Amino acid sequence: MTPLRDTAVAARLRRFTPAETWVHRSVTWLLGICVLTGGCLYFPPLAEIVGRRRTVVTLHEYSGIAVPVPVLLGLLSRAFRRDLGRLGRFFPHDWRWLGTALRRRRREPSLAGKFNAGQKLYAAFATGALLIMAGTGVLMWFPRLAPLVWRTGSTFVHDWLALAFVAVIAGHVWFASIDPEARRGLRTGYVPRWWAREEHPLWRPEAPQDPPAEGP
Amino acid sequence: MDDRTPPVRAPEDPPIPEPSEAGRGTPVGRRVVLGMLGLGAVGVAVGGAVQDRLDSVLASVSAKDPTGVTGLLPGGGGFRFYSVSDSIPHRGESDYRLTVGGLVERPAGYRLADLRALPQTRLVRDVQCVTGWRVPKTAFSGVRLSTLLDAAGVKSGGTAIRFNCFDGVYTESLTLEQARRADILVALTMNDKPVTAAHGGPVRLYAAPMYFYKSAKWLSGITVTEDVQPGYWEHYGYDVDAWVGKSNGRGDDPTS
Repeated sequence: MTPLRDTAVAARLRRFTPAETWVHRSVTWLLGICVLTGGCLYFPPLAEIVGRRRTVVTLHEYSGIAVPVPVLLGLLSRAFRRDLGRLGRFFPHDWRWLGTALRRRRREPSLAGKFNAGQKLYAAFATGALLIMAGTGVLMWFPRLAPLVWRTGSTFVHDWLALAFVAVIAGHVWFASIDPEARRGLRTGYVPRWWAREEHPLWRPEAPQDPPAEGP
Repeated sequence: MDDRTPPVRAPEDPPIPEPSEAGRGTPVGRRVVLGMLGLGAVGVAVGGAVQDRLDSVLASVSAKDPTGVTGLLPGGGGFRFYSVSDSIPHRGESDYRLTVGGLVERPAGYRLADLRALPQTRLVRDVQCVTGWRVPKTAFSGVRLSTLLDAAGVKSGGTAIRFNCFDGVYTESLTLEQARRADILVALTMNDKPVTAAHGGPVRLYAAPMYFYKSAKWLSGITVTEDVQPGYWEHYGYDVDAWVGKSNGRGDDPTS
């Protein structure tokens, strides 16, 4: 564990409320189960190891359909709604961030608010992907809902989007893995001020800041 | 062109010294989500046709792909592994037995060598799964089910067959009339090699004209029954008479 200096406590900034970290953790678990079981249904080598097809299908269906639940519950939290608003909107510096990322393959921290443009796009993509996966999944789950061509089309969309989604999630996990402070932010809700200044200089936190009395 | 007049701004608007996230911004998130939903709907509408075309492209690519990576793509050709039991059961020369019983005059047990000694039939047909994938031109060979039934002598009350598997879970069924067809095999080889354990070996059923869930893997028991006893998936809504293209609400091209 990282030793916690006194100054560090005072230098910390609330990034996420407990409700928000709960939403993220719940989605992580549910989506994790969904992706793993999906892999076991889909890749023959994994399927051969795991077998138990009906159990795996059931787990996949229920974990998948449950992913939106913590997000919807999160809407009860004002902080979560505010952050959704931040994630959903692009400002001029976001376009510049995106331009720099595309042209120079560089993530330019000076152009980031609480979330940089990449994080905003990831959030939007994940939302769209989840809705599509849920919709096509339900069409396949209940075959009597729709005619056969829709089911074949759903399978097509579900299979290919799953591959794309897994690639994008891998990117998400990669960026988290190289930034321990960002991970700590999601675990504890707090980040160091120096980190916020460096990585998200345009972030204007909400008023009263009360750092925790105790370390994590 | 450079317009020198300062932008008109409401007097109460504070000057913006640096970029910030004030104001409304552009609702990019909403546009991305709605755009994706639109694309998803289009994908559902045309996906069937697109996947058909992709299947043929991928099948030709994967035929030349030594790494086998394309085989993992959706519709990348090849079989997908479905098993309802917890592991792949293995049986071989010494411990494999196929029993034929139920309403028959002469119950029998066959070892692998016994099955190989009987007349063999080879069929090359497409394999069609009820979940949509199709593997073209797959060869199966083995003993016609009718040969085994004739050898056992079906008693007058028998109208259907029940199949048991040595994974201990899976079951299947056919009517006697279906079972006597010339394209229903007790298969020993697949693509001219012994059926592997993953594909249901050493012996699996091969019901050529039906969806592939009928072709029970790891076949170990053939029982003649009074009436049709629905098999494993048929308890979960699959059709008992599983003709390709004429059941399960699907319209695939026939395989046999």
